Amino acid sequence: MNRRVVITGIGVVAPGGRNTKEFWDSLTAGRTATRAVSLFDATPFRSRIAAECDFDPATEGLPEHQAQKMDRATQLAVVAARQALADSGFVHPPRRPHRTGVTIGTAVGATMSLDTEYSVVSDRGARWLVDHEHATPNLYDHLVPSSFAARIAWEVGAQGPVSVVSTGCTSGLDAVGHAVELIREGAADSMVAGATDAPISPITLACFDAIRATSPRNDDPEHASRPFDRTRNGFVLGEGSAVFVLEEMELARRRDAHVYAEITGFASRSNAYHMTGLRTDGSEMAEAIRAALDRARLDRTDVDYVNAHGSGTKQNDRHETAAFKRALGEHSYRVPISSIKSMIGHSLGAIGSLEIAASALAIENGVVPPTANLHEPDPECDLDYTPITARETRVDTVLTVGSGFGGFQSAMLLSKPKRG
Amino acid sequence: MVVRTAMAEAAGLDRGVPGATAPVVTGIGVAAPNGLGTGPWWRATLAGERAIAPITRFNADSYPARMAGEVRDFDPSEHLPSRLIPQTDHMTRLALAASAEAFADAGVDTSALPEYAAGVVTSASAGGFEFGQRELQALWSKGSRHVSAYQSFAWFYAVNTGQISIRHGLRGPSGVLVTGEAGGLDAVAQARRRLRGDAELMLTGGVDGSLCPWGWTALLSSGRLSTSDDPEHAYLPFSADARGHVVGEGGALLVLEAPESARARGARAYGALSGYAATFDPAPGAGGEPGLRYAIEQALDEADVTPDQVGVVFADACGVPDDDRAEADAISGVFGSRGVPVTAPKTLTGRLCAGGASLDLAAALLSVHEGVLPPTADVGRQAEGICLDLVTGTPRYGRVDVALVLARGQGGFNAAAVVRAADL
Repeated sequence: MNRRVVITGIGVVAPGGRNTKEFWDSLTAGRTATRAVSLFDATPFRSRIAAECDFDPATEGLPEHQAQKMDRATQLAVVAARQALADSGFVHPPRRPHRTGVTIGTAVGATMSLDTEYSVVSDRGARWLVDHEHATPNLYDHLVPSSFAARIAWEVGAQGPVSVVSTGCTSGLDAVGHAVELIREGAADSMVAGATDAPISPITLACFDAIRATSPRNDDPEHASRPFDRTRNGFVLGEGSAVFVLEEMELARRRDAHVYAEITGFASRSNAYHMTGLRTDGSEMAEAIRAALDRARLDRTDVDYVNAHGSGTKQNDRHETAAFKRALGEHSYRVPISSIKSMIGHSLGAIGSLEIAASALAIENGVVPPTANLHEPDPECDLDYTPITARETRVDTVLTVGSGFGGFQSAMLLSKPKRG
Repeated sequence: MVVRTAMAEAAGLDRGVPGATAPVVTGIGVAAPNGLGTGPWWRATLAGERAIAPITRFNADSYPARMAGEVRDFDPSEHLPSRLIPQTDHMTRLALAASAEAFADAGVDTSALPEYAAGVVTSASAGGFEFGQRELQALWSKGSRHVSAYQSFAWFYAVNTGQISIRHGLRGPSGVLVTGEAGGLDAVAQARRRLRGDAELMLTGGVDGSLCPWGWTALLSSGRLSTSDDPEHAYLPFSADARGHVVGEGGALLVLEAPESARARGARAYGALSGYAATFDPAPGAGGEPGLRYAIEQALDEADVTPDQVGVVFADACGVPDDDRAEADAISGVFGSRGVPVTAPKTLTGRLCAGGASLDLAAALLSVHEGVLPPTADVGRQAEGICLDLVTGTPRYGRVDVALVLARGQGGFNAAAVVRAADL
C-alpha cells in the first residue's frame, strides 16, 4: 500500500496579504511589502526594515479576551489554520480525532512576547532576579512553543500526533515534511500542518544586526530585499503564517475535496559545518534535492519551477545557485527560479510554509511568481530567477528549498494532482 | 484494530517477527542531576540517591519554589573546546558532553560513516534560556549594540541538534521536535522514522533545562511547581501528599541504529525500540477521554506485545493530583489494578523538561539489559483512587523482557514507547 498525501486547504497570513487570494495577487503582481519597522521604535538599530503583516486580531475573529492569551505568532497561526480548514471543507472536530494530527513549525517561538515580558519583569534590565509577581499568567505558554501546536489542535479537535517542529529557518518545510511522513506511515490520515513566526522584536533585530545578516537599506525599504541582485546586502526580516490541511489522497478523493497539489518528495540534510555559515559548494542542499527527487520518483528535468530560499544575503544566494547547478545539472539553467522573499521578506521558520503555499498556487494557476528588485544580476548568480515580472507557464512540478541556521538544508517536491 | 493494520501496511513493517526490524540502541550518554555519565547516574539511581536540593545556580530566596535538580560538578572545559564555551548555553554544553559519551559507548567513529548516513534529532522544551536571559538583560539595560552575535542561534530550539551535528560531522537528516516533556520520546520516534528512510545511524534524545531567574519565573507561571522546601517531600507523584513537581536539568542521548548495521559492526545492543505512539488530549472543556491510554495501547500493539508481557512501566509522574490520577487510570485501565510494576526514578532528579523522557528511556533500556527495576523515591501513602504497584525503596531484580515508558507534555501531549531486549 502506497499512501499519498495531498494539500486540500491553504490558509495564509502574510505581509501584503491577509488571506490566500491577497497573498497570491500580491506576489504575482510583484508588489513588495517591505517597509520601515512600525511595530516598535527601531531607531537604534542598524537595520530598521521589515515586512509586517497588516493584522488586526479582532477583525480576524480573535476577540480581545482570546488574543491577549496568545503571542502574535500564535494569533497568526490560528487565523491561518481557520482559513485552511474553511478552504478545505475538512469536517472538524473530525469523526476520528485520533487519526488527525497537527504539526506547526516555528524558529523563534513567542519571541515577541518574551522580549516584552522581560522588560516588565526585569524592570527594563534593572534586575537579574526578575520579579515573578509582575509576570503575565501566560508566560509559561510563551516559554514553551509547544503551546502553538496545542492551540491549533484545540481549534481542529485533533487527538492524534501533535508537535512543534523547530529547525530554524527550515522549520516551515520540515513541519510539513514531518506531517507528510506521519500520513505516509499510517500514524494519521489527515494533518493540519504549517508554520508561524512573528520575530519583529528588538532582541531579534539586535542579534541580526550583530552578525550583519539583515539589510541596512533603510532609505529605500520597499526595494531592500534583493535576492540574486549584485547590490543585495542582507535579508529583510518578515513575519507571517501559512497552514495547510493535508490528507491521505484516497480519503480526500472520497469526499470530493479540491486538491491543490500532491507532496511527492521531501528530504533534509545538515551541513555539519557552522551554525550560521554555509559551505560554498552547496553540496548538502544539492544532496537534499537529490534525495527528495529520488523519493518522489521524479527526474530533475521534471522540475518546472524552483521556489528558492533566496534570502538576499551575499552568502546564501551563491550557495544556493551552486546547489541548484549541482543537483539539477544543465536543467538548472533552463528552469524558472524565484524568491518570494524579495516581496514578503524572511519570516524565519514561517517562510518555508509560505513558500509551499506559493508553490502549490503556482501549480494551481500556472504562474511563476517573480523575484522583485532584481535589476543587476550578480555574475555569480547566473540562472533564470524570473526577475520583476510573473511568468505564465505550465507548472506540473515545483521544487521548494530552505536553508537555516544550525546547518539545516531541506527540499520538497509538489506535483500537480493526477488521477490514479 | 483497523489502525494497526493501516500502520503496519503503510510502514511496511515486518509484523511476523517481533522486533526483527526494530532499531536498537547501541550507545547511551547521560547528564543527570544524580550523575554525570551513564555509569555514575545508573549506580546513583539504583541506590536511590536523590539530587533534589535548594537551587544554587541563582538566588531563589524571593521565589515561591526553591528546589531543583541541578547537574553538579560539571566543568564545561573538560568536555568542550574552549571556542565553543562562549557560544553555548549550559544545556547545550551538557548535550555536547552526553553526545560524546553516547558515541564512545556505541564504539562508533562518526568520521568513518558514509557521508549522509548519520543524523541527529533532539527535543527541546524552551531553548537556551539562561543564555537568552543574559542577552535580554544586555538589550534592556545597555542597548541593542550590546547583544551578542551568538544570540542569533545560542538560545533557539534547534541549537543542540545544530551543535551536535557540527561536533560529530553528522550530515544526514536531522530534526528538532518540541512537545514539552513528551519531547524526549517524540524525538526518538522521529529518529526511528529516519532509519526507515535513508539514514543508517541516528543520535537522538533530549538534554534540556532553563535554570535561571527568567526561566524559573516562566516555569512558576505553569502553576505546577512544588513550593515545598523539604527535598524529601517536594515531589511526591501519586501520593496523597502530591503538591506539584520539582524541575531539573539534563537528560540522555542515545545512538539508534538499524539492527543489521549494528550486527555488522559487532555492536552491543541495550535493547530495541519496538513500539511508539503519540496522542493529544481533547481540548479543555471538550469532554472525552484523555489520550494517554490510547497511546499506550497503540504502542503495545505496534510492538506486538500484550500487557502481561510488560515487566515495568516508567511513569510520567507529574506530581499534580489530577494528572497523577489520570495517569494511574490509564495504567490500571490497560494493566489492571496493581497489574504491573510502576516506577518513577525522576523522583530522584526532578522533571528534566524535554530531557526527562529520554533519561527514562535510557533507564528502561538498562532495565531490560540488566534485569533490574530502579526504584522510586518513597512517596508515602498513595492518593485515594490510585492503586499502583510502585517500585519503592530498593531495586527489584529479575528478568524484564519489555518495558513501557510514558511521557506527557503540558498542554495535552502524550507519548508511549516500548523497549524490549534485543539479541543481535
